[in-house]
Amino acid sequence: MSTSAVVMMIIALLAVWGGLGLALLNLKWHPEAIDDEEADAVLHDGASVSPLR
Amino acid sequence: MWSGRRVFILAAIGSAVGLGNIWRFPYVAYENGGGAFIIPYLVALLTAGIPLLFLDYAIGHRFRGSPPLAMRRLHPKAEAIGWWQVGICFVIAVYYAVIIAWAGMYFIFSFTTAWGEDAAGFFTGEFLQVSDQVNLGFDFVPSVLIPLILVWGVVIAILALGVHKGIARASIVFMPLLLIMFLILVVQALFLEGAWTGLDAFFTPDWTRLGDSSIWVAAYGQIFFSLSVAFGIMITYSSYLRRKTDLTGSGFVVGFANSGFELLAGIGVFAALGFMAASSGVGVDEVAVSGIGLAFIAFPTIIAQAPAGVLLGVLFFGSLVFAGLTSLISIVEVIIAAVQDKLGWRRVKAALVVGIPIALISILLFPTTTGLNLLDVTDAFVNSFGIVAVALVAVVAMSAGFSALPRLREHINATSSVKLGRSWQIFIGGVTPVVLGYILIDTLTTRISEGYGGLPTWFVGVFGWGMVIALVLIAYLLSKIPWSYRSAAYEKNIHEPILDAELDANESAMDKTRGGETGLPETAASGSVAGERKNP
Repeated sequence: MSTSAVVMMIIALLAVWGGLGLALLNLKWHPEAIDDEEADAVLHDGASVSPLR
Repeated sequence: MWSGRRVFILAAIGSAVGLGNIWRFPYVAYENGGGAFIIPYLVALLTAGIPLLFLDYAIGHRFRGSPPLAMRRLHPKAEAIGWWQVGICFVIAVYYAVIIAWAGMYFIFSFTTAWGEDAAGFFTGEFLQVSDQVNLGFDFVPSVLIPLILVWGVVIAILALGVHKGIARASIVFMPLLLIMFLILVVQALFLEGAWTGLDAFFTPDWTRLGDSSIWVAAYGQIFFSLSVAFGIMITYSSYLRRKTDLTGSGFVVGFANSGFELLAGIGVFAALGFMAASSGVGVDEVAVSGIGLAFIAFPTIIAQAPAGVLLGVLFFGSLVFAGLTSLISIVEVIIAAVQDKLGWRRVKAALVVGIPIALISILLFPTTTGLNLLDVTDAFVNSFGIVAVALVAVVAMSAGFSALPRLREHINATSSVKLGRSWQIFIGGVTPVVLGYILIDTLTTRISEGYGGLPTWFVGVFGWGMVIALVLIAYLLSKIPWSYRSAAYEKNIHEPILDAELDANESAMDKTRGGETGLPETAASGSVAGERKNP
């Protein structure tokens, strides 16, 4: 492989997979929030949450 | 409903990662500047792909329905756009399943390299038995018919189980399996003789091409077709999300995972093509192909010549099957969810009553000796004039038409970790209409002046032009059918339609000053359902 091809391969991998890594880290830093309905259900003896859709 | 955002992300990646990632991206990148393509590709991802993904998430999550219902809740006049998206999903579903059936058969053929020395002759001759006649025939090919019935059986069964037990569980099983299989495939391909020559051809940048507008259009086109945006899938999937889901955080993972898989596919495919070129004593440019030619002619040739070719074949066609299945499931889900919403049916009934007729149409039209031409035309036209046109109409409607973008941005920012600025509105209202409009007009002029693939005018007229025009007319008619009182349109939804952006914004400001006395939650963050509100 030529030097320019190796450099572009590394840049492409870093940009795309690096972006994925950062996106995953961001998700880890922001844990999933509990909906109000779920919180209510927990307060009321864990009754099942009715479907929202 | 999804049990959590992880499952949603897996299912959304499963939908985005499809056959196009494996057989389209590598060749598009190679043809458009090689390594230099990464620059327009990343620009397109960040200025069109991910912003469009967020738009779909915002519509589905805020208005909680399949495309027709979500669009109707957004604005009564927008319902037809939703049905247009459903129609596009129907057309894609009927032919997409056939390619999965081919891949399934080639998975089995890999064990014996059934195609022998002549992969091209085997594919169109012995396997598909392609007729010389270009018409609509019903001369069935059993070796395609039987796996196609199986594909539809699996898809309908998964969809009948519902979102949580069906789609979510299928994604949890299929996606890791796909990733593991594809990683092994790439590693194996990298050890083939000539692999690095292939990668050299793939990554060597041609910087002069960056000044050529065609590679920018190719980059936007690749991102657009690859991410499963703008034809209803992400609207439907995001409608099953919990109200406080981090939409942008999830969207970035989906967008970059899709691109990460494409890049991996580029490495695997060009390493294998490098081997093919070395074995034949020709340049990589002479063996580089895309689409059906890559999967069913070039790869079988490589499998027949490569050491441990059986493993390579099993991994490659297995990957195609899993990538295709997760995408097909998401496409059919849009249609089932739309009918379920409109008629208020239960899941199993909707899955069977909708899924079986779609399967029958697919089984009747495509596993025949004339099916290949039909597949070719419907695929080309539904992509070029279906998906691109509906996306263009949707972004223009959301920006200039209904001025919905500020409210949708507010909705996204209420629950998301990465806040969207005004640039998001510029990307949706400015960049994407220009790019989509250019792609649409460019393809339109080419098709009108040159026809399509040398096929007869009547054939292209009926199954190409006729089909895409019919989709628009049928969508309009479906939007005129009243919603029954049992339908989901009469269920509670927090958010009012965005009828007038200015009035809407004023109302929002008044709600804030009143401290939310009205009981109408302004954003998803406030969570609870507010009373009986009828939106249709």
